[in-house]
Parts: sequence; structure tokens; C-alpha cells
Amino acid sequence: MDFALFVQYALSGITVGSVYAIVAIGFNIIYCTTGIINFAQGEFLIVGAMTAISLAEVAPLPVAILGAVLITTALGAVVELVFIRQVRNASVLRLIIITIGLSIVMREVMLHIWDEQVRSLPYFTGTEISTVTILGAHISPQVLWVLGVSAVIVAALTLFFRYTTTGRAMRACADDRMAARLCGVNDRWMVTLSFMLSAGMGALAGCVVSPITQTQYDMGAPLAIKGFTVAILGGMGNSMAAVAAGLFLGLLEAFVVSVLPSSYKEVAAIVVLLLILVFRPSGLFARRDMSALRTA
Amino acid sequence: MRTRLAATLGVLVLVCAVLVSGCKKSPEAPAPKQAAPGAPPIKVGAIFSITGPASFLGAPEAKTVEMFAEKLNQSGGVLGRRIELLVRDSGGSPEKAISLAKQLIDEEKVLAILGPSTSGESLQIKSICQEGQTILLSCAAAEEIVVPLASYVFKTPQKDSQAAQCIFNTMKDLGITKIGVITSNTGFGKGGKAHLEKMAPENGVEILVNEVYEKEATDLTGVLTKVKGAGVQAVVNWSIEPAQGIVAKNMKQIELNVPLFQSHGYGNIKYVQGSGEAANGTIFPCGRLLVADSLPADHPQKALLTQYKKDYESRYGEDASTFGGHAYDAILILTEAIKKAGSTDPKAVRDAIENLQGLVGTAGVFNFSAQDHNGLGLDAFEMLTVKDQKFAIYQK
Repeated sequence: MDFALFVQYALSGITVGSVYAIVAIGFNIIYCTTGIINFAQGEFLIVGAMTAISLAEVAPLPVAILGAVLITTALGAVVELVFIRQVRNASVLRLIIITIGLSIVMREVMLHIWDEQVRSLPYFTGTEISTVTILGAHISPQVLWVLGVSAVIVAALTLFFRYTTTGRAMRACADDRMAARLCGVNDRWMVTLSFMLSAGMGALAGCVVSPITQTQYDMGAPLAIKGFTVAILGGMGNSMAAVAAGLFLGLLEAFVVSVLPSSYKEVAAIVVLLLILVFRPSGLFARRDMSALRTA
Repeated sequence: MRTRLAATLGVLVLVCAVLVSGCKKSPEAPAPKQAAPGAPPIKVGAIFSITGPASFLGAPEAKTVEMFAEKLNQSGGVLGRRIELLVRDSGGSPEKAISLAKQLIDEEKVLAILGPSTSGESLQIKSICQEGQTILLSCAAAEEIVVPLASYVFKTPQKDSQAAQCIFNTMKDLGITKIGVITSNTGFGKGGKAHLEKMAPENGVEILVNEVYEKEATDLTGVLTKVKGAGVQAVVNWSIEPAQGIVAKNMKQIELNVPLFQSHGYGNIKYVQGSGEAANGTIFPCGRLLVADSLPADHPQKALLTQYKKDYESRYGEDASTFGGHAYDAILILTEAIKKAGSTDPKAVRDAIENLQGLVGTAGVFNFSAQDHNGLGLDAFEMLTVKDQKFAIYQK
């Protein structure tokens, strides 16, 4: 394999990996606060992208995206208030099943609002055919947008969870909800806030990846499955690790394609996931003592 | 109390969803009764995947047959009898198609079934219709629907193998001998892959890279890098959306600057819009519906195509696609055969279809025979290309 081709595979891996990573971040936010995995995360992405596509017809792109993020954030709040909050003393498992149900309802409602057609947002910079050349290989500028937005989201989340009172309160709820409540944290609103945050982040992610992946009402689930795999791979609850794991998985898939038929790509991804679950169940980048604390 | 509230709300949302879906379907109700009072209507069933993953096929198909039947009934129907359409939604599921077909045949005793939209469904109900002596006019592509022959089963779209042949013919013109083939892991993709593999040697073309990708794939630069590394002269992609748009974009993005051929499944302007500038230059075989306006005035299909396009677009406010055209052909063939047979006896109508010659439809000019239940030749395809994000007739 010559060098340019090698770089091209790497860039292709980064393209796919960046999408995985940005989806995975959304899973982590809700998990951080509630310990539940929101299987409707993929649908938040599509709702966000679809809303932005509709708004982009009447408003400039940045405004459309901002509007979509706000609308989806509100939807996240509604979802939590109507479906999650009403179920009191529910086990984590029951809440997870509820999110699965929600994803189905949201998918069907989207089918009725936006029909079955494939849509996409315009490229943020350049067009479908513009490329950035790196070391003799080519990559779409949109991928750089995805990476940039992921970086900003991760940085913002890290600062938020580490240094703000609200962020700390959210983390406290995840560790021990009762203890957090005893310390005066309004735990219910923290959960609502986490749904709003992850819906908003999901919408932003959906908008940024839309030019690359295109958007269709039922695309949420496959995106979410990959995002979930990556979140597990990196270690649930750790956004920075999710980005690293996303890029890792993307690169792995790209180089598997270079030597094996591309149908084996998924096999490679799942084998790696199995190995991680067996040998490092808390994730590639998680510290063992941390996860021990969480499950205790 | 709170759990109860949640449950009530949940039920409420579900009810709303059902109501919404109900409302959406109501405009598809049977046409107003106009023709010939007294005579019993002719019952015709239709199974389309109006919702679900293949809704891009089924939705325009259902709309088309409803439009056709309504127009026909207003002008007096067939043999002085009204056509009563019983349109059913299979959601693209073969299991559902089976139970719908049984219901239409056993309970409604329909003369014929239009559809289904997908090859998988059509193959599942092929034997049911044959046993029930009910005419099936499938709107799906797979060749296996009419090979081996079942006497009551017909299909209206062009054959996959003819599409592949048209692609190879164009390659011959361009002097292309080394290609990369990428297909999605759907029934449609597998069928295309098999035909391309079988026919390539006969046409002096060598397939250097032959890759299958998942139908949910959102980025194909990895596979295309492999194609690029092999040094091909052209790429053939055989899939349905959204991969069709993604391939075009990714090829331009990694600067794989060789011609891109797509299957006849590319026939919807939405796919072109989905990949913007990147779609320009894509070459694919297709029926002439998409280029109806640029056909020469004396072309036999011109009048019918422009009329259908105009009717459909003014009634539904969306672009006509070749898929709706397949359903148009199905109901056209059926009504012409009923007229010719002068009765609604299934056997007589079936025989009449086999004797239809030179019938102009949207896909091409149909010449049926006892051996050919598709009736279309290679000339039903035109090689099209995309120019400035619009379909145009391909010229070397």
C-alpha cells in the first residue's frame, strides 16, 4: 500500500469515527446523571437535523441550527417530564425500556411529519465536492467541522461537570441520588436538565453530521447503536474517552476494509467490543477504581 | 397515581399517533362512485409498501393507481363497470404481504393484485396468486418474479439483467474494461451483484474490486479507497437510497475521478438533490419518464409520459418517479386486458395480457407473450446522466 493510500484509509477512518464519537457523547450525559442509557438518543439526533433542515429553508444556516438545538432541547425536557419523571421508584432497567419505547414513538411521529424522504443540510463550508488535501489524501471539510464541534462539546462538558455547581450536582446524583438529595440537590431537575443537555447536544451532532450521513426518519437507531458501542468502548460516562474510542473504532474499520472484504468491517468492530467487555469491562480508558465506585 | 398519569399520557400519545396515521390515509379512500350504476364494480386489489423502509416505492405507487382508477371511473370505467380498488399497506414486510394477498384472494375475491412494491414480497406471494388463480402484476424489479414463469404472474418494471446490459454497452462505447463494483446487502443489491458478476466476462469487462456494504452505511470512503487503490476505470454502485447519494459524494471527496454508474434504482430526482453537485456526471439506465420533456415529439411514449407526469405532479404536488410509473403500467395493462378480453373472467384476462402487443406504458412499449411476462426489451431503457443536478439523456 503506498503512503497516499494509507493516509486516505486513515482519513476515511477519521470521517466515520468522528460521527461515532459525536453520537457517543450524548449517551454519556444522561448516563452521567441518571445511570440510564437513553436509547432515544439517535432519535434526538434526527429530530435535530430534520428541524434544522426545515428551518434552513426560511432562515440562514446558523440560525436554523440554533433553532433546532433549542427546539430539541425543549423536546428533551418534555420527554423527561412526561415519561421519565412520572415513573417513580423505577428501576434503571425499566427506564431504559421506556427510552426504547420513546425511540419508536418518535420515529413514527417523524415519519408523519417529514415523510420517508432522505434529506440533508448543506455543507457548512464548501460543497459536496470540496476537499481538503492532507499528505496527498483527501477529506471533506465537513469532517473537520464534526471534529471541531466534538472538541468544543467535550471541552464545554468537562468544564461544566467539573467546575460549575450545577454540573457537580448532576454528577452527585449519578453517584448517589439519596445522598445528593440530602445535600440539598434538587435531583429531579438535574435529571430533566440532563435530558435537555443530551437532546440539545444530540441535535447539534445531528446537524453537523447531516451533510455527511444524510438524514432519514429511521436513521437514528443504526447511528445510536454505533454511538452506544463507542460509549461502552471508551467507558460509559467519559466524553473524552468516547471521542478517542470513536476515532479508534473508525480507524479500525477503515483498515479492516483495506485487507478484508468490507462485509467483515462490522465483525471486527463487534469482536473488539467483545474483547473489551471481557478484559476491560469498564472501558478502554476508564480507571478500574472509578467504575468500582459506581457499581458499589 | 403518578404511574397512572404516565400510563394515561402514554396511551394518549399512542392514540394520537394512530389518529394521525388514520388521517393521513383517508385521502387514499376509493374514488367517488361515478360510472355505470347498477353493474357490480370490478374488484382489484393492490399491495404496496406505503409506509416503512420501502415507502419511497409504495407511496407513489399507491397514489398513482388511485389517480388512475378515479380518472377511469369518471370516464365510465371498464366494460361499463367501475373499478373498485382495495389498496393495502404491507409496510414492506413479506409476512404481511402474504396475509394481505390471502385476504384479497379468499375474502375479497379480487380479479387481480397490483404490486407488491418490493421483490422480496412479490416472490413470497407469487405461488399464492398462482394457486388462487389471481392475476399478479408486480411492480418490483427482480427477474425471479417471472423466471421461472408462473402463468398468472406478471411484472411491469424492466429487468435487472437488462439494466446491467445497458451499463456494459455504455462501458464498451467508452472503452472501459476494468471496473469496481460496490453493492448494498439488500435483495436489490444482491440481485444486481449477481447479474454484474455473471455478465462482466461476456462483455469483456474485468471486475477488480467487488465489495458489499451494509445498507445503513453512512460513509463509504473506506470501500471507495480500496476501489481507488485497485486502479479501476469506472465504478458501478447497485443499491437503493441513501447509499446512492453517499457514493457520489464520497467519490468526489477522495478524488476518485472515474465515471460512476448507478442502477435503475436511481430514478428519483430527490436522490440527485441529496448529493448536490457531486451527482453531476452519474450515468444510469432508466425508463424515459424522467426525461419525458426532452424526448423527441414523435417518440411513442412522449404523450403518455408527459400526461402522467403532469397529472401526478399537479395532483400530489411532488415530483413523479419511475416507481409510480410501474404501478401506472400495472393498472394500465390490467384494464387494457379486460377491455380486450371483454370479460372479467381471470383466465380470459390472463390470456389477454399474454396477447397484448405494442402497449405503450411508462417503462417502455410492452410486447407480452406466453414466454415473456415482462414484455419489455432492452430499448425500454435509456442511458441517463445528471447535468446541473437535472436528469438528461446521456450522450457520449
